[in-house]
Amino acid sequence: MMVCTLMEVTATSRHYVDRLFDPDPQNVLQGVIDMKNAVIGNNRQKANLIVLGAVPRLLYLLQQSSSSLELRTECAVVLGSLAMGTENNIKSLVDCHIIPALLQGLLCSDLIFIEACLRCLRTVFISPVTPVQLLYTDPTVIPHLMSLLSRSQHTQEYITQIFAHCCKTPEHQTVLFNHGAIQNIAPLLISPSFKVRMQALKCFSVLAYENAQVSMTLVNVLVDGEQLSQVFVRMMQRDKPIEMQLTAAKCLTYMCRAGAIRTDDNCIVLKTLPCLVRMCSKERLLEERVEGAETLAYLMEPDIELQRIASVTDHLVSMLADYFKYPSSVSAITDIKRLDHDLKHAHELRQAAFKLYASLGSNDEDIRKKITETENMMDRIVSGLSESSIKVRLAAVRCLHSLSRSVQQLRTSFHDHAVWKPLMKLLQNAPDEVLVMASSTLCNLLLEFSPSKEPILESGVIELLCSLTQSDSPALRVNGIWALMNMAFQADQKVKVEIVRALGTEQLFRLLSDPDTNVLMKTLGLLRNLLSTRPHIDQVMSSHGKQIMQAVTLILEGEHSIEVKEQTLCILANIADGNTAKELIMTNDDMLQKIKYYMGHSNVKLQLAATFCISNLIWNEEDGSQERQDKLRDMGFVDILHKLTQASDPNLCDRAKTAMQQYLA
Amino acid sequence: MASQPSDPNKTTPKSQQLFSCDLALSEQEKELNQRLRSLYPAVNEQETPLPRSWSPKDKFSYIGLSQNNLRVHYKGHGKTPKDAASVRATHPIPAACGVYYFEVKIISKGRDGYMGIGLSAQGVNMNRLPGWDKHSYGYHGDDGHSFCSSGTGQPYGPTFTTGDVIGCCVNLINNTCFYTKNGHSLGIAFTDLPPNLYPTVGLQTPGEVVDANFGQHPFVFDIEDYMREWRTKIQAQIDRFPIGEREGEWQAMIQKMVASYLVHHSYCATAEAFAKSTDQAVHEELASIKNRQKIQKLVLSGRMGEAIETTQQLYPSLLERNPDLLFMLKVRQFIEMVNGTDSEVRCLGGRSPKSQDSYPGSPRLFNSPVHKASSSQTYQTSTYYIHKFFFLPAWVKKTLPEGYYKKRDKTTQVSITVSFVLKLIGTPVLTQLSTGPKKYRFLVPIPSHCTAQNNTEVEMEVDHFSNGVSESSSNGFLNGSSTHGIDLEELDSAQSKRQLCGGSQAAIERMIQFGRELQSMSENLRRERGKNSANKKMLKDAFSLLAYSDPWSSPVGYQLDSIQREPVCSTLNSAILETHNLPKQPPLALAVGQAAQCLSLMARTGSGSCAFASVDDYLH
Repeated sequence: MMVCTLMEVTATSRHYVDRLFDPDPQNVLQGVIDMKNAVIGNNRQKANLIVLGAVPRLLYLLQQSSSSLELRTECAVVLGSLAMGTENNIKSLVDCHIIPALLQGLLCSDLIFIEACLRCLRTVFISPVTPVQLLYTDPTVIPHLMSLLSRSQHTQEYITQIFAHCCKTPEHQTVLFNHGAIQNIAPLLISPSFKVRMQALKCFSVLAYENAQVSMTLVNVLVDGEQLSQVFVRMMQRDKPIEMQLTAAKCLTYMCRAGAIRTDDNCIVLKTLPCLVRMCSKERLLEERVEGAETLAYLMEPDIELQRIASVTDHLVSMLADYFKYPSSVSAITDIKRLDHDLKHAHELRQAAFKLYASLGSNDEDIRKKITETENMMDRIVSGLSESSIKVRLAAVRCLHSLSRSVQQLRTSFHDHAVWKPLMKLLQNAPDEVLVMASSTLCNLLLEFSPSKEPILESGVIELLCSLTQSDSPALRVNGIWALMNMAFQADQKVKVEIVRALGTEQLFRLLSDPDTNVLMKTLGLLRNLLSTRPHIDQVMSSHGKQIMQAVTLILEGEHSIEVKEQTLCILANIADGNTAKELIMTNDDMLQKIKYYMGHSNVKLQLAATFCISNLIWNEEDGSQERQDKLRDMGFVDILHKLTQASDPNLCDRAKTAMQQYLA
Repeated sequence: MASQPSDPNKTTPKSQQLFSCDLALSEQEKELNQRLRSLYPAVNEQETPLPRSWSPKDKFSYIGLSQNNLRVHYKGHGKTPKDAASVRATHPIPAACGVYYFEVKIISKGRDGYMGIGLSAQGVNMNRLPGWDKHSYGYHGDDGHSFCSSGTGQPYGPTFTTGDVIGCCVNLINNTCFYTKNGHSLGIAFTDLPPNLYPTVGLQTPGEVVDANFGQHPFVFDIEDYMREWRTKIQAQIDRFPIGEREGEWQAMIQKMVASYLVHHSYCATAEAFAKSTDQAVHEELASIKNRQKIQKLVLSGRMGEAIETTQQLYPSLLERNPDLLFMLKVRQFIEMVNGTDSEVRCLGGRSPKSQDSYPGSPRLFNSPVHKASSSQTYQTSTYYIHKFFFLPAWVKKTLPEGYYKKRDKTTQVSITVSFVLKLIGTPVLTQLSTGPKKYRFLVPIPSHCTAQNNTEVEMEVDHFSNGVSESSSNGFLNGSSTHGIDLEELDSAQSKRQLCGGSQAAIERMIQFGRELQSMSENLRRERGKNSANKKMLKDAFSLLAYSDPWSSPVGYQLDSIQREPVCSTLNSAILETHNLPKQPPLALAVGQAAQCLSLMARTGSGSCAFASVDDYLH
């Protein structure tokens, strides 16, 4: 029975296709019109026709200059109807090269035909299965589309909708921008048609995203004598459709983040921010709440004042707690459809909330406190860290990272909830973006005052961090060495030995020649922390003295920033503080000359560090100080110190005087 | 020209200063009035005045007021919470505001900044900060807590101090309140608020000074935007109100209402076409409609003598039985004589009909015949209907559990009622009726009864209507005129040369004589039917016209305005209809009146949604 009906359908479909090949053009036209009426709203019929090869024939008829305009238009309409079906339909159409054919059709002068082609192109391009790049392959397409914008409200609607969907990369933005997208689309923001206004607005939101060039241009655009930002502000009025409010808020957010609008501008502080907070409210749809929270997080990320305002606006912090209540227990019982809907959005909601919390708490201690005091917040983060969705894990760890900047939270809630455990787990073979955040958070957890430091050490974190320092990603190398540096600060001899062992001198020296200055700085910091307190200095230097001295020489001789050289001289000063380690410098005349050089350097910081080093070498109470003093006097250090006692910098002056006293005593 | 006040430029410097000071004050007053009107258009200030300042009578003695009772300072010892002191505004917040908002600027936080901003009911102890007692609500600056009728606060918002502007918004639709700080909404602070709360501030330590802004200045927070959201919400609620019923019934009812309206105002051609295209029967004979139309046209063009004559011919006993009506028509005739438009003086004046336009002095493109029902009557009928609507869903109450039906439900109920009425009248004017072959567009602007105007006007545009002159003019009034035989060359009184009785001596004499007849008619009436102050005033006002050399620009000159013909016309029309046992008011106008009454009833019963459901909004 089923087979029978299916065959019947196929038979009628075949009939439709056959008619496309009729020798009489009038019959062909009637056939296309009949086909149009047959496929409307009938997905199976659409699929059948595609299978039976209607598409190539329709495209052929559409492209033939011998076809009547009416026929060509009807073909475009039928193709548009076929595109309205399933994603598979779109795939088939794209495979038949429908896009170049329709784009070619746009060159015709007939408006009705152009509109039919555009409608079909629109439907094809907004589908996720269509490669966006197809819009940009022919460089003449974009300028032509721009020129068609003036033709009718329909061309405006379809073209702006295509642009809004097909502008996905900075390159796309540039192409559209260079072809006058802004000047051409701006007037459409006050079009009488809501659809045109809406699509034009969407265009601006995708054009301005992380694009300073576009954003800077936008602020100077006038629409009917009014600044564009004011047009956007009007679109955020509370009686406007939510979609419009949200998209206008996005435009202003992107313009602000791109530096085109100041963060203290009223249109941001009093309009965009409150609008986005409203989008997070329970009254909004789940999708809107996700977008609202993400956009708000992005808007205020770099600005503490916006974070402070948002934190007191409309109970945002507790409003976000609601994002974790999906699917709710009610929806599970009462309504399967709603449960499905909730489940689909649950991950998105959670990650959006974590992102927003992360942004809110990135600078202000009071806000962090408020966030951690929100109901079950720490538990939620902890469970978020081990969720299956990578997006949620990433957002959760971002949130944790933001909160980990608080000394108080590190001491209290972080320890109470043992957040280090899921964090350590997360660090085992996670993708790089998660690793960056997680290791960065770990750096904070390893700070000397953090009570989590001990248990983390015991969990074998050193190996893990050492392996991070070998990563290809500079961010991960920095975080790895940074964490080690924090760990070594005022640590036991045992820990220091373990770090040096696990890292290996070879790796340590490789890091000292790392192209990334941050890595170099943190590595020097690690060395400095390793070389503190006399017994540790002597021990480390006795086993690795030669290599360390080599590395120090190398850096002092190389082209490095003042900060790097200062840090290196500080290491030297630490070495000079050791009992036996001193000799490594005293016996190295080349090194002493370098110190001398830096004492006379034009930068006070370097002078100070070098003087500190000398001061340690000539310190009275230690064995052999007399010999060292004599040798250094012979080398002319006393004269330099004497000169430095006259220095204008009070610190340097004091340091030099203290050193001189060692000779006088 | 009337005498003007002395030229301000010529006053002495001292008084000039005084003058400009007064000017500034009145400027502020003007700004306040303007802002309050635009924020709360639905509030009837005669009934429920808006708060404009703090009350010097309703405060604790430790409170000092200055700067027009807008600045509040503390003048007590401020040692313990027992020294707290509050002041209320002059009036409670009217429900018809829908959304009410005021702001307080902290001029100085004084010693400890123990300031509370909020609301309280009348009679709540003023020796306290707002929020501590029953029916009292406050947000306190020192800890940022909200106090909801309790001595212990809840964490609510940030603290506030010198330089901050704190706003308090009462939503009278859902009975909630939120605060703002420096233009940022802090979120809902209180729910389930009782009605009739007063803006209130409380201070507790020396040096604390705050300024109120009840609308004297622009607000820091964008309250209009918040109101826009609620207006949209309420209107969406009305639009979505289920009309239920069986299919077609709703539309049939609307069509009936429209048809009866057209018939009532004797748009006979339109009515006929409409009835035909919507398959309805017209309940009045066509001839009768035409007769009424003829009379109305005469009245509206100022030809009262002919109008009276025609009425007496067509409805012989009507005016005999209604001597008051006849008197009113005659008074109008007298006025038209002064105007030079009445037929009796026109033929004497012999003026050229050429330079005259269709409806002189009218501010509108078109004025339809208007029913001006004496408002007391309207009121009664309306009330009757409102009660009928209002108690209709009583059974609903019974099915609800005890206690569920509280104030809130009454609110909903009233709002349901009004939205029903609004739908009843709103839909036909909003939607295009696409049933018939022709396309009709109905524009029915009807001022609500709260405004000073008491008349209701209806404007109709009928597209594709081949009758009469409507092709060339969208003016429905002219519709069908060419078929009715009355030669309506139009009459002018004001534009070109305004002369008493059109400038003719004979006409003036006729007018004087007519005035004497009117006087004696009035005396007869009084003898027969007793004193009638309305009649007396009418006559006095009409005669006063003669006391001025230029009656048109005199204080009583408004009577000469052609717009004054409308109430006369509508009263006459209603009287004629009554004799035919037809309603003296069309159901559509009745429904509009009911809706307006319903709204004012909602305002009185404290349901704020009436603020955003103005009948006017639906009648354009």
